[in-house]
Amino acid sequence: MAALLKIDSVTKAYPGVVANDSVDLEIKPGEIHALLGENGAGKSTLVKMMYGLVKPDSGQMIWDGAAYAPADPRAARAAGIAMVFQHFSLFDALTVAENIALGMETPPKTRELSRQIKEVSETYGLPLNPDRTVGTLSAGERQRVESIRCLLQNPRLLIMDEPTSVLTPQEVEVLFRTLRTLSDEGTAILYISHKLEEIRALCEAATILRGGKVVETCDPRQESARSMAEMMVGETFATPKRAGETAAGDAVLAVTNLSLPRSSPFATELKEVSLTVGAGEILGIGGVAGNGQDELLSALSGEVRVRPGAITLDGAQIGGLAPRARRAAGLCVAPEERLGHAAAPTLSLVDNAFLTADVREGLSHRGFIKWGKARDYAKRVIAGFDVRTPSEDVAAQALSGGNLQKFVMGREMMQRPKALVINQPTWGVDAAAAARIRQELMTLADDGVALVVISQDLDELREIATTFAALNGGALSETRPMWGLSMNEIGLMLGGSAGAAA
Amino acid sequence: MIRIVRRRNPSKGWAWATPILAVVLTMIVGGFMFAALGKDPFEAIRLIFWDPLFSEQFASYSRPQLLVKAGPLILIAIGLSLGFRAGIWNIGAEGQYIMGAICGAAVGLALYPSEARWLVFPLMVIFGGIGGILWAMIPAILKTKFNTNEILVSLLLVYVAEQFLAKMAFGALRNPDGQGFPGSRNLAQWPTSSNPELIAGTGAHWGVVAAIIAVLVALILMTRHRVGFDIKLMGVAPRAAAFSGVNTNRMVVLCLAISGGLAGLAGLFEVTGPSGQITDSFNQGYGFTAIIVAFLGRLNPIGILLAGLLMGLTFIGGELAQLMIGLPASAIQAFQGMLLFFLLALNLMSDYRVEFGRGEAA
Repeated sequence: MAALLKIDSVTKAYPGVVANDSVDLEIKPGEIHALLGENGAGKSTLVKMMYGLVKPDSGQMIWDGAAYAPADPRAARAAGIAMVFQHFSLFDALTVAENIALGMETPPKTRELSRQIKEVSETYGLPLNPDRTVGTLSAGERQRVESIRCLLQNPRLLIMDEPTSVLTPQEVEVLFRTLRTLSDEGTAILYISHKLEEIRALCEAATILRGGKVVETCDPRQESARSMAEMMVGETFATPKRAGETAAGDAVLAVTNLSLPRSSPFATELKEVSLTVGAGEILGIGGVAGNGQDELLSALSGEVRVRPGAITLDGAQIGGLAPRARRAAGLCVAPEERLGHAAAPTLSLVDNAFLTADVREGLSHRGFIKWGKARDYAKRVIAGFDVRTPSEDVAAQALSGGNLQKFVMGREMMQRPKALVINQPTWGVDAAAAARIRQELMTLADDGVALVVISQDLDELREIATTFAALNGGALSETRPMWGLSMNEIGLMLGGSAGAAA
Repeated sequence: MIRIVRRRNPSKGWAWATPILAVVLTMIVGGFMFAALGKDPFEAIRLIFWDPLFSEQFASYSRPQLLVKAGPLILIAIGLSLGFRAGIWNIGAEGQYIMGAICGAAVGLALYPSEARWLVFPLMVIFGGIGGILWAMIPAILKTKFNTNEILVSLLLVYVAEQFLAKMAFGALRNPDGQGFPGSRNLAQWPTSSNPELIAGTGAHWGVVAAIIAVLVALILMTRHRVGFDIKLMGVAPRAAAFSGVNTNRMVVLCLAISGGLAGLAGLFEVTGPSGQITDSFNQGYGFTAIIVAFLGRLNPIGILLAGLLMGLTFIGGELAQLMIGLPASAIQAFQGMLLFFLLALNLMSDYRVEFGRGEAA
């Protein structure tokens, strides 16, 4: 069969780095093709060229038998290429429908568009209310908006960048069914993901990039996740290990009947959430975005104050304490959104180290900041977590997402808290760095820290968590040992089914 | 094609170069404007920037005026800059300035004719600050309790304060020995309450001392203290600030209290010194000009010190140029406007860079 899109020895260089070096790639109609590589391997540049955002320095692209050089994304869309970005380009103040209308050449009337959105969202199992304001949506729901925006265009090639990181296994199944249906209808899909098991289940061809070059093409169905990971990284790959299965120690962090009314009409109300984490335990909290993760995190961080007895640390009531007092008591937190929440984008890494490490690391005295000590701490985090940055003086926003995540994780972990709560520890981080972060989390647990890891990546939770609970509609399921929990049982827990407790 | 691209790391060099470049460009373009008005541009520029300080003929009068004008501008702008850094927009310093002056003056006048300067003057200073703080607490409380917009509330309260000023000048604070003329007793001529020139020939009065202290304290606060860090953090990343542990409401109250208090002090020092009495035309717009000074100084204490002096200089230089070569007042205002325009336009350069040639969206 003739290729739908053929990339022929395309090269693109940026000052100081060759992002793509003579890359060849062929996508056939109806094919589900995986594009693999670590962060910085050149995947983004390659798809940006396909989507008309970047022009190649040399080489050519052939679309449907004819030379293809899109001047801008509009030309790419006109040709039939749609793309779901990993980073969303949505306006917070507008509704879902308004955002989608903005991306269209000739948007239909709002009511008609809302109907189409509802229809597509039901067909493809991506529940979404067209009238909601995007600002109130969680990361997962925002990705649904982007997906639906693309599906409305009836594309011939759909490029998806990390689409499943926010879905439950059941929802992934629905999405995969959808993608297979699309594929049967002749739509080609270029699928970018770090989740190799998913790629094995879904894709029929894969191109692996490393350092801007195609290092391998393979049929994922014939490979193991490990062998593909090794092709990506270019070396044999250490899987995180626990020093030994530890029995949970005494309860360190306990939440008792925590209820929280919704702060905005679209926030999730927390309903009687209770959990206990012991020393050395990692409690994994699964659940689809928007089921109360952000609310639970802000109640734990102290951004929202609750009844003093609702949260205890080593038996002391801390629910009424402000964030700094909670850190002083030994509870550290890392939120999901790196830029703007966990870190201030325009401030330096030294400033950002001071942002949370002040109290525990003694970076100030009577309010006067010891900048030398703050700088040392930033340097230690950078060295300890292999953060790639020219210096500790660069602004946080100048770091890549993965590097900033390593910095944020390191900043909290190196404060030696008694308990650590993390929302999405490896969101958008490449395979090697993700493995590194998970390893550090397990080491921390082995040292007797109580950990709560909120994640939508169930493979991750299965790998590191000792106990598991699911958030659904603001309610937390009972906690069960992770060991022996099947994917199906997890799915039922995520769905809020009481029958899962057996 | 020319494109403007956001810098990932703001340029420190540009941050310092822009104010200087803005002054130079203002001189050039302003020079053309003066030439178009039929005046000698070199003479006009010299009259504005040089003669007030160095001419043998005028300097003895105009040099002290520099600190008299710059003092209140700097004092108010320092207070405003803290709030502006945190994203709290107090536009009503003019009103807080008036209320500070009225409050402090009222306390002094209530004790007239006491001779206990050691008690009365400090008391007046304290109440000057309190008057400004209380007036600024109105927008602060409305914002924290009812989420109102502090820009509108603080601005509109300026006009309320002006009405109150007129009421006081014609009513409660009117000089009982003044044969019915509006205006209070002259506080500058009453030894107990006067705020005199401290060093002859410099124009430096207690308000200038307060301004210098404010610059130093703000400098230390912003670079070395947690409160300054919190202010900065709240301005650039409000969610990160909340996560870090900054109490937003407390910060709103604090920033408005500081800016209101300093504006109130400026008013008190003015009414006891250069102005001398409460009249219905007591306020001269320092509170509004200080907003310009704060931005001209890039919200940096040292920058504000320099900007206050520069702004003071254009005021007295402008008056001199009007007097000497008949430059119209509106041309002077246009000249000052140019300065602000160039400054804001060039400010773009520290956060963005200009790229020439064919580019592409990356």
